[in-house]
Amino acid sequence: MAHKSIETKYYEERASFFGDLTRLGALSRRGFLQVAGVSAGIAAAKGLIVPQSFQLIEIAQAAETATPAFTIAYISDTHLYTRKVNDRFVRSAVKAVEEVNALDPQPDFVLFGGDLAQLGRPEELDLGAQILKDLKAPLKMMVGEHDWFLDMGEHWRSLFGPSQYSFNYKGIHFVTLMSVQEKDFWTARGMTPEERMHTVAGLDNGVQSRFEVGPEGRHWLQTDLAAIDKKTPIVIFSHSPLYKYYRNWNFWTEDADDVQAILAKFDTVSVIHGHTHQLLLNRIGNISFYGLLSTAWPWPYAPEGLPKLTVQMNRADPFNAFDGCGDGQLNVLASGMIDKVYNLWNRNPVTVRANYLSSNGTKDRPGATTLSSY
Amino acid sequence: MRPHRLAFVLSLAAGPALAGSDVPRHQLTPSPEGNLVVGLCDGETSIEVKGVKPGDQLTREQGQQIAGALMQEWRQKHPDAEWIVAAADGAPEAPGAGASAESQFQTYGAFTGRDRRIWQESTERLVAEGKRIFHDDKALGGTNAVSCDMCHPDASNTHPETYPKFQVQLGRVALLRDMINWCIENPVRGKPFADDDPRLKALEAYILAQRKGIALDYGKH
Repeated sequence: MAHKSIETKYYEERASFFGDLTRLGALSRRGFLQVAGVSAGIAAAKGLIVPQSFQLIEIAQAAETATPAFTIAYISDTHLYTRKVNDRFVRSAVKAVEEVNALDPQPDFVLFGGDLAQLGRPEELDLGAQILKDLKAPLKMMVGEHDWFLDMGEHWRSLFGPSQYSFNYKGIHFVTLMSVQEKDFWTARGMTPEERMHTVAGLDNGVQSRFEVGPEGRHWLQTDLAAIDKKTPIVIFSHSPLYKYYRNWNFWTEDADDVQAILAKFDTVSVIHGHTHQLLLNRIGNISFYGLLSTAWPWPYAPEGLPKLTVQMNRADPFNAFDGCGDGQLNVLASGMIDKVYNLWNRNPVTVRANYLSSNGTKDRPGATTLSSY
Repeated sequence: MRPHRLAFVLSLAAGPALAGSDVPRHQLTPSPEGNLVVGLCDGETSIEVKGVKPGDQLTREQGQQIAGALMQEWRQKHPDAEWIVAAADGAPEAPGAGASAESQFQTYGAFTGRDRRIWQESTERLVAEGKRIFHDDKALGGTNAVSCDMCHPDASNTHPETYPKFQVQLGRVALLRDMINWCIENPVRGKPFADDDPRLKALEAYILAQRKGIALDYGKH
C-alpha cells in the first residue's frame, strides 16, 4: 500500500465527509443529521478533531434552536489583476463563485465585500464583473479602496451603480456605506492617479490618509435612518471596519465614533465589513462587528488593537496558496441578528453565533486557535 | 535662533558613507598667487594662506592660526549664532557614560557620536533598500505583480526570530533566507536569490529591523 502522509489521510477523510453531505443535498434533515453524526463519530474516534468544530454539524444543531430566517452568502476582497498578470487571484474568485453557486438552498442574495480589483483598473473591474455575473443569486456590491482611488470610483460606479445605498428586506434595513473615503493626500504631493492608487494599495504605506465615512456620508446615513423605527434590525455593509483597530494599516475608520453614535439608537445592529482579510469579531455598545475573509490572501493580526472578543483564526500555512482565504455565509436569524460562517478553504469552517457577540463573549465561544500569531 | 554646530574638518571617516556623487562639494576659488586655500565645512567660507603653497608642511601653530581665522570669519557672518563646541562629537567615548579617569581605553571602541550616526545611517540605508525591494514586485523579480508586503505589511508574520527551525513542508531545517526564497519562488513566482545576492541581504536587514527587541527563539513553531 502506498504511503500516505497524515495530512493526506486527513484531507481524504474530510473530502469523503463533505462529499456525503453534498450528496445528501435534497434529503431530509433527519438523514442529514445521521450522516453528519456518523462521520463526526468516526473522526472523533480517531482523535482527529473535536466533533463540534465541523461546521455542518453546528448548523444542524443550530437548526434545532435558531432557524435562520434567510441566508446571505459573501465573497470579498478578490484583489483581481487581469488574468494575464496573475491567474491565481482569478482562480480564487472563480472558486468562491462556484462554491456559492453550489449552496443548496441558494442564499437570498450574495454580498460582495469590496476590493474587487487590485489597482482599480477598468480591465480588472470588468473581469470582476464578468466573474460575479456567473452567480445564480442576486448580487449586492460594496466598493473598496482598491476599486476607487485610480479614477475615484468612476468606472466602478458605471458597472455597479451608487457606492452608497440602502434597502429593506424581510423586515431588516440594510445599508451599504461608502467608508473608504480619504482626505486628499495626493494633490499637494503632485501624484498621478496611478501613484495615488499605488499608495492606497500599500497597507503599510503611511503616506495615505485614514479611512472615513466623511461628513457627507454621515449626513446621508443619518437621513436614511431618520424614519426607521429603533426596533427594526439594522445591517450595515462597510468595507472598512467602522471602528478603530490598527491605524498604521488602515484597519481603521477615522470617524467611527460618529458613525457608531448614529447607530446607537437601534436595538439590533450588525456591521459586516471587508478589508481586514481575517476572522475578526468585535462588539461595541449595541453593535456586533464581523470581518469578512478574502479570497486572495489572509492578513496577519495587527501587532496591537485586536478586539478582545476576536477568536483568532489559526495562522495561515504559507505553503498553501488558499489557506487562510475563503468565503462564507451570514445566517440572518428571525431576530435580525446574524450567525456568521467563516468558510475557510482547506480548513474546518468556523461558525460564530450572534449570541457570542451579543453576550459579550460569555456564550457560544467559538473554538480557540491552536496556531496563534507569532 | 537654532544653535549652529560646526567642526573644522569634514571628517574623512565619513567618506565611504557620505562621499556619494549627490553630496555637494565646496568649490574653493584658487589663489591667484598659487597659495594654499582652506575651506570651512560650512561650504561657503574659505581663507587664502599667504606664503604657503599646497603640499607645504604646516606647523601645529600655523594650523591653529588658519582655524582661528576661519572661525573668526564665520562668527562675523553669523553674529547671532550661539556657538556650541561639539565636544561630544569630537572626543572618543570611553565605555560607559560619564566614565571616570580610571576607565579603560583602547583604539577599538574609541568611536564618537558622529561615528555612531554614520554607522546608523549606513545601516538604515540597507534596511531602507530592503524595504523598497520588499514592496516592489519588479525588484523581487516577480512575474505576477505580487510583492512581500501584500501578505506581510510591515514585515509582520515573518518571525525571523524563530529560525533556524525544521520546516515540515520543506522536510529540512530552514533559515529565514530559505523562506524568503521560497516566497520569491512560489507566491511571487520569481527566481530565488543567490546566498550572496545584495537583494537577499537587504531583505533580511529589513525583516530583522522590524523585529527589534523581540527575543531570539530559534526552532519555535
